[in-house]
Amino acid sequence: MSRFNANNPSAALALIALTVVAGCKHAPSPAAELKAAAQGSAIVETSGGHQVGVTGTSMKDPLVVQVNDDQGTAVVGALVTFRGPAGVSFDPASVLTDSSGQATTAVTLGSISGRYSLTAVTPGKTKAATLDVVETALGYQQRVGSILADKYCNRCHDPESSAERVSNYDNLSVKPHPFTEGDTLNKMSDADLTSIILHGGPALNRSALMPPYGNTLSATDVRALIAYTRAVADPPYQPAGTVYARK
Amino acid sequence: MQPIRKFLSSAWRALFGDPVRAFGIVSLGLLLALAIAPAKEHFSQWHSYQRHYLSLIRDRGDAISLRRRFEPGIHQIWLPELGVVDRCTTCHLGLKEASLADVNQQPFRKHPVVPHSLENFGCVVCHGGQGQATTVVEAHHSERAGEEPILPTRYIESGCGQCHQNSMAGTPQLNLGRNLLTRYGCVHCHSIARPDGTKVLATDHPPSLTHIADKTTRQWIYSWLKDPQAYAASTTMPNYKLSDTDATDISAYLTSTSIPQAGDTATASTKPSATADPSAGPSLYGESFCASCHAVQNAAGNIVGGDVGPELTRIGNKAKPEWLAAWLRNPRIYDATTPMPHYRFTPQQITTLTAYLQGKSDSDYGAGVHLDAANPQQIAHGRKLIVELGCAACHEINGVQKPENFAPELSAIGSKPLAQIVFLPGMEHSLPSYIVAKIRQPHAFGSSVKMPQFALTPAQTDAVATALLALTNRSRSMPDTLRVAAVPETNYQPAGHAGKLITELACFSCHRFNGRGGDMAPDLTWEGSAVQRKWLTDFLKNPNTLRPSLIRRMPRFNLSDGDNKELTDYILAVYQSPAIDADLAPADKSAPDTVEHGRQLYYSKYACQSCHIIDTKTDKGYIGPTLSQVGSRLNSAWIYAWLKNPQALRPGTTEPNQNLSDDDARALTAFLMTLKGQAGRGAK
Repeated sequence: MSRFNANNPSAALALIALTVVAGCKHAPSPAAELKAAAQGSAIVETSGGHQVGVTGTSMKDPLVVQVNDDQGTAVVGALVTFRGPAGVSFDPASVLTDSSGQATTAVTLGSISGRYSLTAVTPGKTKAATLDVVETALGYQQRVGSILADKYCNRCHDPESSAERVSNYDNLSVKPHPFTEGDTLNKMSDADLTSIILHGGPALNRSALMPPYGNTLSATDVRALIAYTRAVADPPYQPAGTVYARK
Repeated sequence: MQPIRKFLSSAWRALFGDPVRAFGIVSLGLLLALAIAPAKEHFSQWHSYQRHYLSLIRDRGDAISLRRRFEPGIHQIWLPELGVVDRCTTCHLGLKEASLADVNQQPFRKHPVVPHSLENFGCVVCHGGQGQATTVVEAHHSERAGEEPILPTRYIESGCGQCHQNSMAGTPQLNLGRNLLTRYGCVHCHSIARPDGTKVLATDHPPSLTHIADKTTRQWIYSWLKDPQAYAASTTMPNYKLSDTDATDISAYLTSTSIPQAGDTATASTKPSATADPSAGPSLYGESFCASCHAVQNAAGNIVGGDVGPELTRIGNKAKPEWLAAWLRNPRIYDATTPMPHYRFTPQQITTLTAYLQGKSDSDYGAGVHLDAANPQQIAHGRKLIVELGCAACHEINGVQKPENFAPELSAIGSKPLAQIVFLPGMEHSLPSYIVAKIRQPHAFGSSVKMPQFALTPAQTDAVATALLALTNRSRSMPDTLRVAAVPETNYQPAGHAGKLITELACFSCHRFNGRGGDMAPDLTWEGSAVQRKWLTDFLKNPNTLRPSLIRRMPRFNLSDGDNKELTDYILAVYQSPAIDADLAPADKSAPDTVEHGRQLYYSKYACQSCHIIDTKTDKGYIGPTLSQVGSRLNSAWIYAWLKNPQALRPGTTEPNQNLSDDDARALTAFLMTLKGQAGRGAK
């Protein structure tokens, strides 16, 4: 190869040029294809934020954002680009807003559990407008917890009814804490949560309406339930750090 | 050439001119050669990762203990029974270090919590890839013959499915995939054998087409074949993307070969015996709880209702009125194995319901379809197409035999070598992406591909791919002791006249008895131990619901008194649990203070009112059944045993086992047995 270059530099140049052209043809930048017809100045979330999904899989609902101008009216044909940490993928990653000023993308989260902060960006007239959206991915243990919560807990702890499940929340004289209620649950230690699940509300001087599950759920189940609670807590749960002796 | 030769000879003289110098040069060469191996190791990828790991942990608070647990060199997990030789832990050094949970930088992240240990299961069993490789590319991305890239996280549950043939709570995607394989009829064409040799059996109920002309018109068959989902969005019938001619010819064959049903058929009862009452239609449909099994698409486009039976959104476009009436009269005459119960409707009810269902139609559906009378060429061509497309693999069709092994066997599809796969241009070269593409767009792989296009969502397609990826050679070759077998459906069949009634009423479609049946309604295996005779008789006459928040409910079957007694006797005699000990339960009449103690336990200590209702005015619990008349419904021995351990009597029930003392259980039972309520006072 080096001999070929040395003897015939023009051929080598042609080869490099060809490679570059072929490379461009092969992987066109998706953003380059989209030509923004208009520009907005603000971007707001329509739906699809604050979802809880499973690592490595697509979120149940797409992320929908809307681009507005200074007056707050929807802008049609504005370019929206979605970004996220490594492992997150968007389909499509860049899109023009539709006739109602909305941009829709399907989100697939990475393989690490936890909160993902995603960003939608639209180039504005003076500076780019951005919107941050948080989605949560559950790992194996947390998802086992979410399945158990659906079976044993959510009919009382979730105030929302669905088509398949009528919530019992409103029927209770002492209201249970929804698992997303970080303000309360983040202050409770794992040991207290374990205790209340195993022995019922009276174990912590709370309501007997919460029955004991110590003979129904295994220790693994309880750990999974707590992991799930911690994962969906809003505001986010910050575990107490471990203290080590200095070297 | 002269200068080169001159240069070479002077170089030779300079290096090997005298023996001492030659010896020195050769020794040096040998030393260098000996250094190659250590140098290669020193500059190897895994070595640099290990150095990287040491520098990462150096400044952490627990550096000393992390350092102590670190072992230099190549690590290996060797599990001959699983065929695992994994060196992944050579670079993935923090998998077991709980304190590294905050490190997001691979390869040092802690492994998330899973039920299995690294030492006993290794890595490749779940993640795929080449466990023996010690470079990043070879371990994760290699596509050479017999090798596979790392499995994307979205299919990770396929790893569980290699050993666990049973359904587990922690693997919803795998469970869904396996369910879809049987429910969408994949296994009618593709045979799938589990590693233990048992076949995966279809759970769908593709209708027999032998009397199809009694049921529907040729125009409907044509429209249906063109696009099944246009008729019923939730149908599992795939779209074959047939041309107009092909759909015309298949409909010609099916109608021309259809045999009129003998006996109590459409033709035998064309005379309307009663007039329809249009206002009673919707309430009769509702009271009969048709929606527990059949769905209807509402104005908002949502499909509402059960999925045991076919969707009825446009049933009026499909079913001939006389067939519908005969079907409602007794579905088992047209289809002996239907999951639909024989309702014992009155002639008036049949006429009303037929008229109501006929009204569920869409005037636009199939409006442009005009088919000329079929000629023999068309019929012959229709038969040819039916044979080619394998229609008879699912449906019984006159004059066409069920094909054997119509499509490739999939028992080891999860280990299909990439070298045997023809990928589409631009497609990722991996087995999961091939399987997903093949399910989503089979026709992209060539016009000769016979596989039809199923109406599956992306999430469902991923689930099917997960179930298929679990069918690996490793799963087949591992010792039987390492696998958890699937729990097969039993072939339990109750005997006698009651058994015939249970079949006719299709109790198995919703209830489970002795390991066979559906999961929509309670398991009745021990029902005879649980309930009292009078309550059961009344309930079978008019099943009022026990659970206020229940959406799917039991219909009324208009049983004759004789049949009702037969069924009640059978249930009470046969479905008895050996675990119920009548001696442990309190007597029918308990002391008033025991009852009062029970009442206090109910409302204070155990707060049963959070889930159950006794007094509909004050109690509101929606979760468990209403207990206002539990004393005339259940036997005291059953209540006592249930309170002691609900899961022992009905595995998986949500009522927690509260570990009651014998005294508390007896007092609660005594209190509950005093709740006689009034018949029919159950909460609506």
